[in-house]
Amino acid sequence: MENVKTEPEKIAGIDREIADTSKDHIPGWGIDADPENDPTYPMKHRTGADYERLNYEKPPQQPVKIEILHSVERPGITRVFGTSTPPSGVSGMIRRWAYKYSEATTAHWMGLIFADRVNAVEGIVDDFKKGTIPNLFKERGWSAEWKYNRQGFIRSAVTGLLVTTAVIAFCTSKRK
Amino acid sequence: MNYRGPFRIRADRNRPVPQIEHPYDAIVRVTRSLICGSDLHLYHGMVPDTRVGMTFGHEFTGIVEEIGSGVQKLKVGDHVLVPFNIACGTCPFCKQELYGNCHESNPEATAVGGFFGYAHISGGYDGGQAEYVRVPFADVSPTVIPAGLDIEDAVLLTDVVPTGYQAAEMGGIQKGDTVVVFGAGPVGIMAARCAWLFGAGRVIVIDHIDYRLEFVKKYAFCEAYNFREIDDPVLFLKKQTDWLGADVCIDAVGCEAAGSAMQTITGKKMLLQAGTTTALHWAINSVKKGGIVSVVGVYGPPFNLVPMGSIMNKGITLRANQASVKRLLPKLIDHVMAGRLNPKGIISHRIPLEEISEAYHIFSAKRDNCIKPLLIPPRAAMA
Repeated sequence: MENVKTEPEKIAGIDREIADTSKDHIPGWGIDADPENDPTYPMKHRTGADYERLNYEKPPQQPVKIEILHSVERPGITRVFGTSTPPSGVSGMIRRWAYKYSEATTAHWMGLIFADRVNAVEGIVDDFKKGTIPNLFKERGWSAEWKYNRQGFIRSAVTGLLVTTAVIAFCTSKRK
Repeated sequence: MNYRGPFRIRADRNRPVPQIEHPYDAIVRVTRSLICGSDLHLYHGMVPDTRVGMTFGHEFTGIVEEIGSGVQKLKVGDHVLVPFNIACGTCPFCKQELYGNCHESNPEATAVGGFFGYAHISGGYDGGQAEYVRVPFADVSPTVIPAGLDIEDAVLLTDVVPTGYQAAEMGGIQKGDTVVVFGAGPVGIMAARCAWLFGAGRVIVIDHIDYRLEFVKKYAFCEAYNFREIDDPVLFLKKQTDWLGADVCIDAVGCEAAGSAMQTITGKKMLLQAGTTTALHWAINSVKKGGIVSVVGVYGPPFNLVPMGSIMNKGITLRANQASVKRLLPKLIDHVMAGRLNPKGIISHRIPLEEISEAYHIFSAKRDNCIKPLLIPPRAAMA
């Protein structure tokens, strides 16, 4: 694959500038360094490429035709990305908010989980708007439950029915 | 397939055919795909940024239908197995064979590389439980299926086999070691089988599903125990290992482990932590001092409760990563072709893609002795 250089030669260099400065003033610098002491082997074939930081040759950039949220822990989007389901609606607003926080924060992840739950409700509303009535029996694969665990299925259905009836009866009697 | 929310999957015939979005893309017509145990975390709503309308699936084979202008190695008509990692091949991590940690395929998170069909925290790519898939960086990871390699073996080489193999590899298993694998799902089964390739002296699998324990005993030539019958698995394993602990423990379960009420309530019910860490707890506590714990079980962000004090005090080496499929493929294809591994032996169900809702339920609820369900798209079934 031919690589195309599309980034400036040096994007950021502060880390390497500091790391590459002389350590002559530090007694014993590097004296016990052991290249064999590499707990990442064989997963990682250490070539020193880490030290290029972001100055590596990059593939071309995928054109951005939809909204792509990206982690604040990187300077921009990646050279390729998925185009499935861009953020939309209320869940999209929550996701945009969550992506303002780093991956180290609870706000980021819990925001995204909350957005997922909102998105599930949006999905049902969207279905109705398009004239589709969600078939929960089909979508949840309950025909397989009926086939392979019929007794359990009936037991769960009856239990659910009884609990629902009891809750409705309780609420109704309180009102009276 | 069309994800509609937790526990809701729809077979959708109206999905658009993906387009070339980048010069290094290919469009692949799927011939076989699998449901992975980690897809169940998505299905159960455990993984953040799993958006309604997504297509899951990161284990698939297919025929190249179209290629981008920059693709040079693959050609239209090639039948390929597509590793679940999307890897650019040029970033510092790919250059060092960490293909599961590519820095140019996932804008949404730096903690993980890009994967097919695995929520937006893995790049937002639609996956292979479909008829067509867009495959970025087509010249890097996708591999032409060698003549003589069964398609069902090939599709298992996209994730399950490399992940199980790397679990054993990360264990640093030495000849004669006692290896304990937590989890008798497809990856745990494969890890147990692969542990022998490294010279393990004894392999023990712990789970609580009897039919899977029976299966793994035969398939992976190992001992297998139901933790519900042995009360305290850590104590049991200490006794089994001359009171020292196992040399290597492998967590092949991840964030939906059973076995601890406290973990289940805080991790699965209340989401106060990113799923349950029961298997990881047991692995850390069951391994010997100075032992190695290898983690391939999937955990979501942001954090989990783990016994960090034991890791430090016992001097445990903790090793973990997503499998680097491209790195391992040549060796694993050789193992399969030579008959040392029999991946397709774990496929228990062959299900039409149109019945994907039922397939997810069967796998999730562990009905009909399900080990690994294979999905067959309509056009592939006709071929």
